[in-house]
Amino acid sequence: MDSVVAARNPGDGVGPDARPVEKCRLITSTDPMTAWKQYYLPQTLSEAIQTINSCNPSCLIISGGTDLLLELTQRHRPAVENLIDVSRVIEMSAIEERDGRLFIGAAVPLKHVAANPLVNKHAQALAESTGQIGGPQVRAVGTLGGNVGHALPAGDGAISLLALDAWATITSPQGTRHVPLLDLYTGPGVSSLIPGQEIIVNFDIPVHQAGTGSAFSRVMRPQGVALPVINMAAWITVDKAIIQQASIAVGPAGPIPRRAQGLEKFLTGKTFGSSVLAEGQRILLEEVKFRSSPLRATAEYRDHLAGVLLERVLTSAWHRAVDTSYARVS
Amino acid sequence: MMEIIVNGQPYQLDEKPGEMLADLLRYRLGLTGTKVGCNESECGACTVLLDGSPVLSCSYPAVKASGHNITTIEGLAEKKTIPDQVVKLHPLQEAFIAKGAVQCGFCIPGQIMTSYGLLLANPNPGDHDIREALKDTLCRCAGYSAISEAIMDAGAVMRGEGHITRRAVPESSLARNSVGRLADRPEAVAKVTGKAKFSDDIHFDGMLIGRAKRTYTPHAFVRSIDLSDARKIPGIRAILTAADLKHAHNHGLVVNDWPILIGIDERVRYVGDAVAIVAADSKESADEAIAAIRVVYDEQPVIDNPVLARQPGVTQLHETGNLLKHIKVRKGDVEVGFASSDLVIEHTFHTAMTDHAFIEPECSIARVNEEGRMEVYVGSQIPYSDRKQVAAAIGFSEDRVRIIGMLIGGGFGGKEDIMGQIHAALLASETGHPVKILFDRHESLLVHPKRHATQIHVKIGAKWDGRLVAVQTELYGDTGAYASLGEKVMTRATTHSIGPYESDHARADCYAMYTNNPPAGAFRGFGVTQSAFAIESLMDMLAKELGVDPIELRRKNALHVGSVTGTGQVLKDSVGLLECIEKVETELRSRVEGDPFAPRPCPDDPARVRAWGFSTAFKNTGLGGGAPDEAGADVELYEDGTLQVRTSSAELGQGLCTVLRLIVAEEMEIAAEKVDVLLSDTDLTPDGGPTTASRQTYVSGNAGLHAAREFKEAIRSVLAEKFDCEPEAIQIRGGMAVIAGQVLTLADVYQVFKEVQREPRIRTLYRAPETKPLGQGGDMHFAFSFAAQAAEVEVDTRTGEVKVLEIIAATDVGAAINPLGLAVQVEGGAVMGLGNALTEAFLTRGGKVITDRMARYRIPSITHTPEVTSFIVEHPVASGPFGAKGVGEIVSIPTTPAITNAIFNATGYRVDHLPVDQELVARHIHASKFVKPADQ
Repeated sequence: MDSVVAARNPGDGVGPDARPVEKCRLITSTDPMTAWKQYYLPQTLSEAIQTINSCNPSCLIISGGTDLLLELTQRHRPAVENLIDVSRVIEMSAIEERDGRLFIGAAVPLKHVAANPLVNKHAQALAESTGQIGGPQVRAVGTLGGNVGHALPAGDGAISLLALDAWATITSPQGTRHVPLLDLYTGPGVSSLIPGQEIIVNFDIPVHQAGTGSAFSRVMRPQGVALPVINMAAWITVDKAIIQQASIAVGPAGPIPRRAQGLEKFLTGKTFGSSVLAEGQRILLEEVKFRSSPLRATAEYRDHLAGVLLERVLTSAWHRAVDTSYARVS
Repeated sequence: MMEIIVNGQPYQLDEKPGEMLADLLRYRLGLTGTKVGCNESECGACTVLLDGSPVLSCSYPAVKASGHNITTIEGLAEKKTIPDQVVKLHPLQEAFIAKGAVQCGFCIPGQIMTSYGLLLANPNPGDHDIREALKDTLCRCAGYSAISEAIMDAGAVMRGEGHITRRAVPESSLARNSVGRLADRPEAVAKVTGKAKFSDDIHFDGMLIGRAKRTYTPHAFVRSIDLSDARKIPGIRAILTAADLKHAHNHGLVVNDWPILIGIDERVRYVGDAVAIVAADSKESADEAIAAIRVVYDEQPVIDNPVLARQPGVTQLHETGNLLKHIKVRKGDVEVGFASSDLVIEHTFHTAMTDHAFIEPECSIARVNEEGRMEVYVGSQIPYSDRKQVAAAIGFSEDRVRIIGMLIGGGFGGKEDIMGQIHAALLASETGHPVKILFDRHESLLVHPKRHATQIHVKIGAKWDGRLVAVQTELYGDTGAYASLGEKVMTRATTHSIGPYESDHARADCYAMYTNNPPAGAFRGFGVTQSAFAIESLMDMLAKELGVDPIELRRKNALHVGSVTGTGQVLKDSVGLLECIEKVETELRSRVEGDPFAPRPCPDDPARVRAWGFSTAFKNTGLGGGAPDEAGADVELYEDGTLQVRTSSAELGQGLCTVLRLIVAEEMEIAAEKVDVLLSDTDLTPDGGPTTASRQTYVSGNAGLHAAREFKEAIRSVLAEKFDCEPEAIQIRGGMAVIAGQVLTLADVYQVFKEVQREPRIRTLYRAPETKPLGQGGDMHFAFSFAAQAAEVEVDTRTGEVKVLEIIAATDVGAAINPLGLAVQVEGGAVMGLGNALTEAFLTRGGKVITDRMARYRIPSITHTPEVTSFIVEHPVASGPFGAKGVGEIVSIPTTPAITNAIFNATGYRVDHLPVDQELVARHIHASKFVKPADQ
């Protein structure tokens, strides 16, 4: 009953007698489909642009690749001919203060963003959020450019950048543009970056003045995908116990991250306290309509949590702002 | 061309399109110590250091490592030149062993490399730093506390400030020379150095990659299968469909109802059914061929829950109907009981399907060997069952199939069923090449049997003084598409649904139903995890109604020696439940002033509220229910005076190797290191039965013990002949044979055996005490383990988030044979119970799997790990080896209800659906703010 195998000479059983010919055609494996064919690691921006030009049009630009490579290997994206990895581009790898603005290279690994002293001084919200993305191994590779480029409506890094009024510098073979962060978003998971052409070079935010403070917070579910049920960042400027300027970003509250401008306007000119908070929570829910997502959260739960997070980020940002304004006085 | 330095050694290699660093290390350089668990950046098993910083090699493009320094687990120990095999372990490796942090071992290289990266960056990390660094390096055995301690000690050594100490675990109160003492695992060094071989770590020349085409549709008839495009893919060696099956068409552990391949006009019953299998030169070719196979399905209405499956008129998924089994427990008359009760309460509970999420995905390698026999290399919990099923599928006699059990990277019941074994064997048979079938995480989640989702209704009648009068339960178990071990699992759920309590009247009915969900089978706890959640929740509800202390209520009703269980079994010995309750209560009351079950605000943040919750549990040891429970074991003596003990049972992290070594060493009165253990090879080891039901220490342990005893008899009889004396005159003590003043070492004894041409080995078959089938009364099981646990939770009343701070556990294990292994097993079991309560839900919608990636199915990490205080209670069972009974499951069972009871005590919210939904907790606390019902 098992004579087929017993009669076969083990180890070379691919001869025609080993199995019916029609069932299997022996063709030497020459060119199997792989997630990518060519992998480029340009070291400078001009090298990156050159590579883009030479690969045109079949290339995909990645940064740390912690999300995109999984989409490729899990075949949620078709395999590509050329992958251009910009995570080693020198011009994209610095965090520096220049002309009153803090520039954060889009290729700086998240763990370095989170630990950077300038970021911790000027953008506590960004330090807090980048320190919570993924786990340590992912943060060692993943970048802020990737977090924004992935264009999720509640990317932790992106929500902080948005509250911090960040702009982004984009470059491509066609030239360079400097745009407000929100201009990069067109829909959930869709950025306005021209695929295979445009690269986010860096982000820039105003440097910290005395009397400013920012904070980030989020709520997760212990089950399911590690995306926040809701996240929020605040950046405020306080002078003589009065909020001079407020910026609040929240997600997921629509297809793209969003600012709560009505709330920002309301907070301006107020002193932070329980009645301002209560009114602020009401205004936030009036202008931001959270939705229900199956298996994650109902809109009502998000409404409730928005109030919790607003208290958390405003309290924290207020204390940070007030501490620095005292520091200025003394 | 790329240049890469691995462990100090430079390599020049060709660039390969699409290659990740893990593949380069494992398959090109043969450095298989680096493991791939999920291949999606979730589990951390593949962590290596890139220029000193931990990265996930499974998703790090190999080419990106060009010009960099990679350190893998193989590069950690110092190699000594002579002799080559001897290495000086790195302090981390040494500390992992000393703390007992190594269990199944699969995640350990990743744990050690993540830890090494931490210590390079921060030589003196605190607890918080360790939790942050190891946050995403998952250990399903959950040895997190031991891992933390190991990092602390290794850090001290690396700073030159300290030394590695053994983990502070008490020895057994019944300790002898070997059993009950702290011992290292025999396989620990291999596991910390990356030398330990799991199935995917072995390679054969000419090995092909096999894959199965899954249906992805939960209920349909296959109308056509078109292979024409798939056959054109380069590198394809064979494609098989059901039409090619010449022998068995089905497999199954108990019922042969699981098709090997679904044929034309046959019924697809779940998304993981296979319609075709391919073998190809490369993974890429196999993937492409699978994608190119076109199948036409005639979709059918999906039966996606067990209650629906029992409705009249619905499609019957199997010829035998949708009812796999109606299981009944009857004791007294519950109606009489309820009528004579002062108070009757009832409630319905639901538990989710959950996945084992062992870090090592399934892998089988089949090859026809030089003698024309079929060899299958696989990490299997039941090698002899694999042999039987593979043989039937390929038409071989069983003795022409050899299952070679590899190390198992976590099983927990999930590696009992056939996964790739038969498909690999069919393809190897077809092609004449070795064929490897390695599941990726997605396929693993899709295909293997889960823990049963259940609906459990419990009704209790009690007297005002708290005495239980009647308990009635009704269970629905979703056994999914195929039987697997569903009937046995739901039987255990049913017989344990009354809880470890005495009640004159008990009645339980369980309907184990087929559905179009993934099959459900064995998973640590074997049904009792679910029914314990239900009964223990209702016990707390009863305590509240009666106004009595929940511990007091349990003490009043707890089983003790002489009690009669719901199935009519009179408990004769080893019932340590009351002592477990007392141990936990004493510890709890010593820590908390006043009522531990009252809510207390967190000192630094009053919006977070803390409370304790309590639960007890019991769990049978062994198969029971009338099934013959046997294990064979060999003991053999070698020339150098060492012994080997052999059985086919499996080491899956639970410590069987250590237990067998200690038992045989004890009986032979020799040092444990002189006993070697060989497991899980159907050619070399006798059938030890399935590695399930917490039965290894008791059944396989007894087999080892009896084999050692019989071997001593054999020594006596051989020596008696040689020295011409009565066998009784020969004493065997301290590893020596003493005959009238003459002393022979075991090495001398070996020579005597050779002289008289007797083989220096014995094979024995141990039969556990007979048990009775359910419904016949008498001993349904030969032993039960007992436990009590208290859990302290902290609930954020703003968000509903729940954190478990501490667990106090007391476990009656009969006798602790291997206390170091037991310590981490208690902690790991509690963490798995925590996952069952808080993080884990295997979700399907209309039979389709939503949680089909590790990223969507979350298991507890080190950040979830509470402090566990463990008490080992030892009420020896007379028939167990040195008094021991089962351990593996009981440690995990009481945790979930202890946590959910604590949540009630903190917030007033009664969890009746698992896992806990923090939104529902928040809704309960802020009821006035929520107007709409939660639509989940």
